[in-house]
Amino acid sequence: MAEYTTVNEIISKENLVYTKTKVLTDNVMHYCPGCGHSTAHRLIAEVIEEMDIQSKTIGIAPVGCSVFMYNYIDVDTQEASHGRAPALATAIKRLWPDRFVFTYQGDGDLAAIGTAETIHACNRGENITMIFINNGIYGMTGGQMAPTTLLGMKTSTTPYGRDQALMGNPIQITDLIASLPGTYYVSRQAVHTPSYVRKAKKAIRKAFEYQQLNKGTSFVEIVSNCNSGWKMTPVQANRWLDDNMLPVYPLGDIKIPEEK
Amino acid sequence: MEDEFVLMKGNEAIAEAAIRAGVDGYFGYPITPQSEVMEYLTTAKPWERTGMVVLQAESEVAAINMLYGGAGSGKKVMTSSSSPGISLMQEGISYIAGAELPTVIVNVVRGGPGLGTIQPSQSDYFQATKGGGHGDYHLIVLAPASVQEMADFMELAFDLAFKYRNPTMILSDGAIGQMMEKVKFKPQKKRMTEFPDWATTGKTQDRERNIITSLDLDPYRQEKFNEKLQKKYEDIRQKEVRYEEISCDDAEYLFIAYGTSARICQKSVQLARAEGIKAGLLRPVTLFPFPEKTILSYADKVKGMLSVEMSAGQMVEDIRLSVNGKVPVAHYGRMGGVIPNPQEVVEALKQKIIGG
Repeated sequence: MAEYTTVNEIISKENLVYTKTKVLTDNVMHYCPGCGHSTAHRLIAEVIEEMDIQSKTIGIAPVGCSVFMYNYIDVDTQEASHGRAPALATAIKRLWPDRFVFTYQGDGDLAAIGTAETIHACNRGENITMIFINNGIYGMTGGQMAPTTLLGMKTSTTPYGRDQALMGNPIQITDLIASLPGTYYVSRQAVHTPSYVRKAKKAIRKAFEYQQLNKGTSFVEIVSNCNSGWKMTPVQANRWLDDNMLPVYPLGDIKIPEEK
Repeated sequence: MEDEFVLMKGNEAIAEAAIRAGVDGYFGYPITPQSEVMEYLTTAKPWERTGMVVLQAESEVAAINMLYGGAGSGKKVMTSSSSPGISLMQEGISYIAGAELPTVIVNVVRGGPGLGTIQPSQSDYFQATKGGGHGDYHLIVLAPASVQEMADFMELAFDLAFKYRNPTMILSDGAIGQMMEKVKFKPQKKRMTEFPDWATTGKTQDRERNIITSLDLDPYRQEKFNEKLQKKYEDIRQKEVRYEEISCDDAEYLFIAYGTSARICQKSVQLARAEGIKAGLLRPVTLFPFPEKTILSYADKVKGMLSVEMSAGQMVEDIRLSVNGKVPVAHYGRMGGVIPNPQEVVEALKQKIIGG
């Protein structure tokens, strides 16, 4: 009979330098190996734990692969219809102004079907945090074109590559958002390397902290991967992300509050 | 305003009654003929009176999803709109029914289909009472027939919504929304300070996280959930039927009508009786649940029933289902925003039921 050893048995207590945040549940994530969603979830959960705001946080899950976000992040959560998370968040925040309210949305949810809700929540300067996962594809429905799909990129509905003449250009929704006076902090990050993960966490932390200032919407895009939808291995997908996604969606802060 | 009558439009009465019912949030989008609801609210500044939130949304789609969010976080929230706007809300209403969220939706109906007209109509009966969006669900549907009832039904609608964790619709029409009548309001009710234990108010240490969703991918669990919903609707059918009977005791013929049509039929009853026709009026106050047992009880007492609706004939189907062929049932209606007059209703009774 084979003997199994768990990670916890290998690492002795004195050598343990990292543990999973308590704000993540023990549920096994359904995300594909290599997918950025799990890392993004973890960062949000860590920020909530570090800020000690679990009892004051209300999350909004989208329609898409992260529809089951509420299985993993241990906060009160509402599951929105496709694209409408900012509308839910608007009402919750206005009715519960002392709570931390965040939406978590993919590119189809936030930048296609939910564009109106996205723009208007940001334009009103709703005092919420919006986390936007941009992987340039519809993952859950099987790899169709997203509004952020790159030109020439093959998807199941652009089998010959996205043709600008037929399907327009990848939408730069985050830059659009940043141009609105209602947004207070807008940043684009990634989570496919350790250093990007650290930067992304800082951005998410800022985005949550800014809610306490009551000065407008904080918005963090995470340029992510979809190795299943892109038909690549996780390693190939991350390389492809570096080579193709980041030139179109360059990382860094897009709008930062004026420091005084 | 307390204990005294004021003269007001139906739409304004809804708004004032909402403030007094202790509503936490109103989210809406302008559309004729109900825009006075939000205009009244933004003028009355209830955020100073009670702390009520009023927000003009970017669309009816956003407004109904604001209701989902607000109700999911335990608050008393409502919207109002008119037919095309209510059509836009149907996806959201289905989600609200699926997530079992108490909300109040006011539909000040106008004629359709499409952009139709801005004149009053009752052609949204099917949409209101049969579900409206996707999936097997029902709203609780209240049909006011006066400005006073527009005010009174606001609190009732919330009571029912919270009692059953179910969206309630106040199905009015452009006539009741626009006409002015005397109305008396109830005293100001305090806004809620305690919230349902299922609401997303922030997960505290003493409980598991609350999740508001209508999703369950497991078909067997989803079926169980649907069975639970159907049981709830059966419970509502048993307990919440409301109706009014006018001159029904000795009636040989029955008008069945709700809302504006019922007001017209009140006069038609008088006109018919002046001609020696013993007519009565049965007015459903709840359209779901429908007073099917009461209507059936009249099947043995009357010679015929005339459904009077400002539509091509929608409620008449429920009347026919109720009496199941036991008594002749006919429909008389005007469409596209035209309001019938009491005499033409009497003529229709003579032609379609008495002479038919």
